[in-house]
Amino acid sequence: MSTLPVSNTHAVDIVDNTVEMPGTRAPLVLNLETFAEVTTTVCRVAESRRAPMAWYVAFGLSLSLLGFLGFCVSYLIFTGVGVWGLNNPVMWAFDITNFVFWVGIGHAGTLISAILFLFRQKWRTGINRFAEAMTIFAVICAGLFPGIHVGRVWFAYWLFPIPNQMDMWPQFRSPLLWDVFAVSTYFTVSLVFWYTGMVPDLATLRDRAKGKLQQFAYGLFAIGWRGSNRHWHRYERAYLILAALSTPLVLSVHSVVSFDFATSQLPGWHTTIFPPYFVAGAIFSGFAMVLTLAVPARELFGLKDLITLRHLDNMNKVILATGCMVGYAYAMEFFVAWYSGAAFEKFAFVNRAFGQYWWAYWIMVSCNVITPQLFWFKKMRTSIPMMFILSIVVNVGMWFERFVIIVTSLANDFLPSSWDQFTPTWVDIGTMLGAFGLFFTLFLLFCRFLPMIAMAEVKAIMPAADPHQKKDHAHAHAHAHDHGHGHGGAH
Amino acid sequence: MSSVTQETSTARRPVYGLIAEFDNTGDLMRAAEKVRDAGYIWWDCCTPFPVHGLDKAMGVKRTILPVLVFGAGATGTAAAFALQTFTNSFSFSTWALVKVTGYPYLISGKPMMSLPAFIPVIFEVTVLFSALSCVGLMFLFNGLPRLYHPLLQNNRFRRATNDRFFVVIEARDPKFLRGTTEAFLRTLGASAVEAVED
Repeated sequence: MSTLPVSNTHAVDIVDNTVEMPGTRAPLVLNLETFAEVTTTVCRVAESRRAPMAWYVAFGLSLSLLGFLGFCVSYLIFTGVGVWGLNNPVMWAFDITNFVFWVGIGHAGTLISAILFLFRQKWRTGINRFAEAMTIFAVICAGLFPGIHVGRVWFAYWLFPIPNQMDMWPQFRSPLLWDVFAVSTYFTVSLVFWYTGMVPDLATLRDRAKGKLQQFAYGLFAIGWRGSNRHWHRYERAYLILAALSTPLVLSVHSVVSFDFATSQLPGWHTTIFPPYFVAGAIFSGFAMVLTLAVPARELFGLKDLITLRHLDNMNKVILATGCMVGYAYAMEFFVAWYSGAAFEKFAFVNRAFGQYWWAYWIMVSCNVITPQLFWFKKMRTSIPMMFILSIVVNVGMWFERFVIIVTSLANDFLPSSWDQFTPTWVDIGTMLGAFGLFFTLFLLFCRFLPMIAMAEVKAIMPAADPHQKKDHAHAHAHAHDHGHGHGGAH
Repeated sequence: MSSVTQETSTARRPVYGLIAEFDNTGDLMRAAEKVRDAGYIWWDCCTPFPVHGLDKAMGVKRTILPVLVFGAGATGTAAAFALQTFTNSFSFSTWALVKVTGYPYLISGKPMMSLPAFIPVIFEVTVLFSALSCVGLMFLFNGLPRLYHPLLQNNRFRRATNDRFFVVIEARDPKFLRGTTEAFLRTLGASAVEAVED
């Protein structure tokens, strides 16, 4: 296979770790045999004086888009929400589409770091750090939209129960308020989870730092971590508890987002399938975004030995599985609309597929249900160009899914006399693109200055980490290890 | 094997302790068991990643963190319930840093105390309290943040976050005797033994 990672220093050792060998565990770290090699490979990115040229190009582009976002948002705030293409029945469109899209993307990080942790999926260690980073940046992008779509943004603090001179409080029976709590809790907990996981790796960077500024900055954020086992003991407990807390949390967040729609009485929104359907879609889109970022990042920063083809293959399997769940949900929505016998409900779904937004619906179906079926084939799951293209296709499809759900239901509700059509303005489109600028700017900064891979966790799953292995640790090797009694190490 | 690179006779500064370096987890584990059995109290192992089974080898007691986190979570549950019922179900005033007054809302004929509608926020606040207290208490119990530590001044010890494993015996340990402890550490198969200044 041409896409296998081949390291220059160990050209002999080519392993296809996507092959399942009965009785053995496939190696999750290729070519790097010692802990020091892992450290060097990961730290090299943050320690090199110049980033790869592609990084500067991407950063310049993202920063320009971020600047444009600033312009669009200022224009919106100074002028009013009328600069968007919203109208009377379609009061939510690009704003909430973008919100749901970004929150959804934010789900993969916590799924990888928490749920896969509880299931003891060791391959998560290669990708969890930047998936968590991606989560945080996606939730920042998501948080922007509800904040600015309220119209008078200077009253956005009314969302929170802050005592005030008017004796007014938020309305706690509203799903929109649940959303405030769900998303802000999710953001806080994800940030804490990400940072806690990063402390040992920041300590590694601190201990290797040459410059005064690096020593100070990494030293400050590493808060004096020195790898004490008495610390590790509490740390691992805390990490396990955080994972156990984040698992229901991640499922609750998109469920609550779906309540924004499901608890209303609008045809097309008022359905009980929404919470699981939204969660599956969120994981689907999140994994696609992880792939979109992982594929170029591992090429650019030389991380192919740590983010191996097996990791990518596994992610593609998750995309396939969740894509099928999403496809099932689409079909089930149609079935229930027909089975309910409600005229409005039936109309809403026929209108989605064949009404004024038919194109958006069919983009959604082809991107989310049809093309991911290619991942049934291992050749597709292990082809780098193919998975990169498909991950972008899924991102596009999932954006359209939210657009279809939100706009088609609002544009054609109960009374034909109140129907209207939504057309985005340049500010709508600019804000949407600008959010990508915000996301990629943050992500590129993260790649450049922070440990992109959880070094401590990767080391713990290497065969050499096992204290019960044979004494010839000098040859501690992916294959030399006795996998029979394999508990390669704690997480 | 044991290359000792310390000032031998009289240290100009007080000694924080002795560190012994190992280059694999198996040796560290065996050494930890011996240090534990020798009866040291103020000692530790420093590793680049959590080593499976080392807690047992060191005799580290299980942390009570989970119990405290449960308490914090329960506090979150109670706080969220109190917040919602006070603000949305009653109209009395009370003092919570400032004077606050409830504002009963009648929303689509739901009861004033509509517990089912309050559950999502109760859940989120429970998770929030638990997660923050979990991490906060973990770092607190670990004595972190601590921006200065004698070990972090030692050059050899820098590899504790990279690829080396250390046993650290502190000078404040009642059994600590510079010469004896050093000789003891050398018998454990360490690749280096070194004194760390305080």
